[in-house]
Amino acid sequence: MGSDATASVTVESINPKVLKCEYAVRGEIVTHAQRLQQQLQTNPSSLPFDEIIYCNIGNPQSLGQQPITFFREVLALCDHPALLEKPETSVLFSSDSIARAQQILSSIPGKATGAYSHSQGIKGLRDAIAAGIAARDGFPANADDIFLTDGASPGVHNMMQLLLRSESDGILCPIPQYPLYSASIALHGGTLVPYYLDEATGWGLEISELKKQLEDARSKGITVRSLVVINPGNPTGQVLAEENQKQIVEFCKNEGLVLLADEVYQENIYVDDKKFNSFKKIARSMGYGEEDLPLVSYQSISKGYYGECGKRGGYMEVTGFSSSVREQIYKVASVNLCSNISGQILASLVMNPPKPGDASYESYVAERDGILKSLARRAKALEDALNSLEGVTCNKAEGAMYLFPQVRLPEKAIEAAKEAKKAPDAFYALSLLESTGVVVVPGSGFGQVPGTYHFRCTILPQEDKIPAIISRLTAFHEKFLNKYRD
Amino acid sequence: MAKPLDYESLNENVKKTAYAVRGELYLRASELQKEGKKIIFTNVGNPHALGQKPLTFPRQVVALCQAPFLLDDPNVGLLFPADAIARAKHYLQLTSGGLGAYSDSRGIPGVRKEVAEFIERRDGYPTDPELIFLTDGASKGVMQMLNAIIRNENDGILVPVPQYPLYSAAITLYGGSLVPYYLEEEANWSLDFNNIRQSIASARSKGITVRAMVIINPGNPTGQCLSEANIRELLRFCFLENLVLLADEVYQQNIYQDERPFISARKILFDMGPPLSKEVQLVSFHTVSKGYWGECGQRGGYFEMTNLSPKTVDEIYKVASISLSPNVPGQIFMGLMVNPPKPGDISYFKFEQESKAIMESLRKRARIMTDGFNSCRNVVCNFTEGAMYSFPQIRLPARAIEAAKSAGKAPDVLYCLKLLEATGISTVPGSGFGQKEGVFHLRTTILPAEEDMPAIMESFKKFNDAFMEEYEDYRGYSRM
Repeated sequence: MGSDATASVTVESINPKVLKCEYAVRGEIVTHAQRLQQQLQTNPSSLPFDEIIYCNIGNPQSLGQQPITFFREVLALCDHPALLEKPETSVLFSSDSIARAQQILSSIPGKATGAYSHSQGIKGLRDAIAAGIAARDGFPANADDIFLTDGASPGVHNMMQLLLRSESDGILCPIPQYPLYSASIALHGGTLVPYYLDEATGWGLEISELKKQLEDARSKGITVRSLVVINPGNPTGQVLAEENQKQIVEFCKNEGLVLLADEVYQENIYVDDKKFNSFKKIARSMGYGEEDLPLVSYQSISKGYYGECGKRGGYMEVTGFSSSVREQIYKVASVNLCSNISGQILASLVMNPPKPGDASYESYVAERDGILKSLARRAKALEDALNSLEGVTCNKAEGAMYLFPQVRLPEKAIEAAKEAKKAPDAFYALSLLESTGVVVVPGSGFGQVPGTYHFRCTILPQEDKIPAIISRLTAFHEKFLNKYRD
Repeated sequence: MAKPLDYESLNENVKKTAYAVRGELYLRASELQKEGKKIIFTNVGNPHALGQKPLTFPRQVVALCQAPFLLDDPNVGLLFPADAIARAKHYLQLTSGGLGAYSDSRGIPGVRKEVAEFIERRDGYPTDPELIFLTDGASKGVMQMLNAIIRNENDGILVPVPQYPLYSAAITLYGGSLVPYYLEEEANWSLDFNNIRQSIASARSKGITVRAMVIINPGNPTGQCLSEANIRELLRFCFLENLVLLADEVYQQNIYQDERPFISARKILFDMGPPLSKEVQLVSFHTVSKGYWGECGQRGGYFEMTNLSPKTVDEIYKVASISLSPNVPGQIFMGLMVNPPKPGDISYFKFEQESKAIMESLRKRARIMTDGFNSCRNVVCNFTEGAMYSFPQIRLPARAIEAAKSAGKAPDVLYCLKLLEATGISTVPGSGFGQKEGVFHLRTTILPAEEDMPAIMESFKKFNDAFMEEYEDYRGYSRM
């Protein structure tokens, strides 16, 4: 019987929401790049380039960025506390990292870093994070509002799961957006309600656009539950002005929306005339408290200057919800027991780094500023290079880690893409990969105004590689345009 | 205007989900702890929280990976043995930029290869690293698979009763149907195929398409180790009924008797040969949280897929990629677990000593606890053959059951709350795992330190006898 019956789990019988969701950041182009990389390993001279450079994903340490020494010292000591009993340790580790590790370990019951913690994360670490938030914003934060997660992404999934009851529930998302949101909404069976950022005004967020899309969705019978704002933006890199943020807060309050504030790039700001303001700070500064605005603020250890993607650490700060809702958030978190302890410790370090007077302070600042200044330089160099290409315009990366240039593709290229059964920007990105070894993500993976084409490229390759990347990109682009010139 | 997100407007599936392991009893225990009461947390399999020390070698390796600058220091040999240093270098080379870089969404290829080699050594059959996905704990893998399988409420998953409530919680969260099959307590919690066949028939008559079957071997909370014959019959059953077998094997290192050693479902499947070995779809789960490692906080796990089509594997990969990658330190713990120090390695002796001490102690504690429970006249407890738990059946007098009803609580919840308040022992009531109607249990772990065990069992017995005194009819058992 078994051989006649169709196997139980096939693509035909799998959950259709799984089939529907997409995640371009690690999609088709990356698989292709990996194949080319293998080809280079077996046959090094078979391609017009000698290495694949992954500019598809915000993964700084995979491209040579070094971790912050102090953070890693503390983590090593917490991972192997036996070191703290050895005299040699004080020769190899800074004194403040030893002190911090001891402090962290004493906040963990039994100093057991291998034990499941409280499902929201270790209390002592949440206290440190709450203090860090308060110091950042000038408004108090509560350790009980914090849920430590394996990266910010699981926290996003949690909220989508709570908010989405059916396809009739919608979430307002920026276009372009980081495709975790579209994927998560699809996985949880809801509807993405797009609001377009305005490329012509530096990816500006207009309240009139929010209103228009909200009303449009409602007229179609969609209950819009929440607004997602990514600040600084991904892939767009814009940093919201304070006024804009106030308008957004008012909008959510008036329309009864949960504000989901993705603030993972809060420490990646490259322009002097903009500054990060958390939405919690803005709301509180407007006099709005717990009763007024349900707000979930996300932070991660993957970005900033620390770039600890592989550790999977982050948190969501949940404010403005009733206790019965919070119990449900806790309950869902508890099914997975807890997030990884190493990531929890890092989150507390990120929100509470060395201070003036600490033994490691100066070297910490040097490492931090070195990374941030270099990121700013790379952002500028790549932005200028892209703007110098024919038919390419690229908004400034005010923050985050990406450039999102628009490429005006000639008709012939668009037709060639159609014949190859690919989106035009995917076709461009694939050609770019095959000529230069540089991996970018087609704009269609993030959403864009129909008829426009973009790609997202990170600013993360090490500075010494940037000139080569720019010259290869420039040469490729010229060739591509000449090939498909109208 | 109603609040944007109030209880009423939450996803119904979230509201229906229950996870007793960190539910009412645990919350009450935490409250009491805050008030200063000494609590013994036996609600979750969390060895290090009860004093079990981490194995030294893996912690040395991961510490070095965290702080690679140590490897450049000439004095590093004063703090770390040479094999830990070599192994740290090995794992760092396998990563794409150290612990701080996202790895492949399926996990570091080199580590998955180590897992594949482990599986081959253990079972005698080769496996493909491409079909092994590392996850942030086995639970994430279970949730990913159930999410892939369940389409709607008409999709049913066969789940043992009693079960580890991750399964019931995940099925509810994803909107599927739990199809229970009862383990036979009187026959040492073994599988009852008549019951299983009845369950599946009953579900189908209600229009449910039964898609998959979960087995937990060794069992949680029940601790039984399945016999080879049982597993063979199970595999045949899945073949005939067209079910994916989800084999939760996270306790495979925790075996406390010699009659039934652990044999993986995959090994037996391949022993049975075609057509079963080519047709039966199987997903096997493992973790670094249990065994004698007990590294719960690292969140390291994997699942291995057998006989799933490449297209299906691609879809599962796609979902994994949305979360980017499992945490890299946890992956390294997994590599170390499947590839521990070998005879001749500098760290081997210490590693063996530490591991053996933990295993021998667990075996002893399994015995102490089972015997302690069985010494109470209203308690019957199957021996903990494996895993980390004891699941005694508590016979409650009628008046206790009534008292519970008046308090609006399940009888075993009342019993466990009173046990907690009297003794500080924080357990999970059997109702959290599922049990036959009118039969009550509690789950505790065998993890408290060996030297504390006698006092804990004494404390339990004292409470239990007092409880029975209070609620039993003063005439005792009815006279004939």
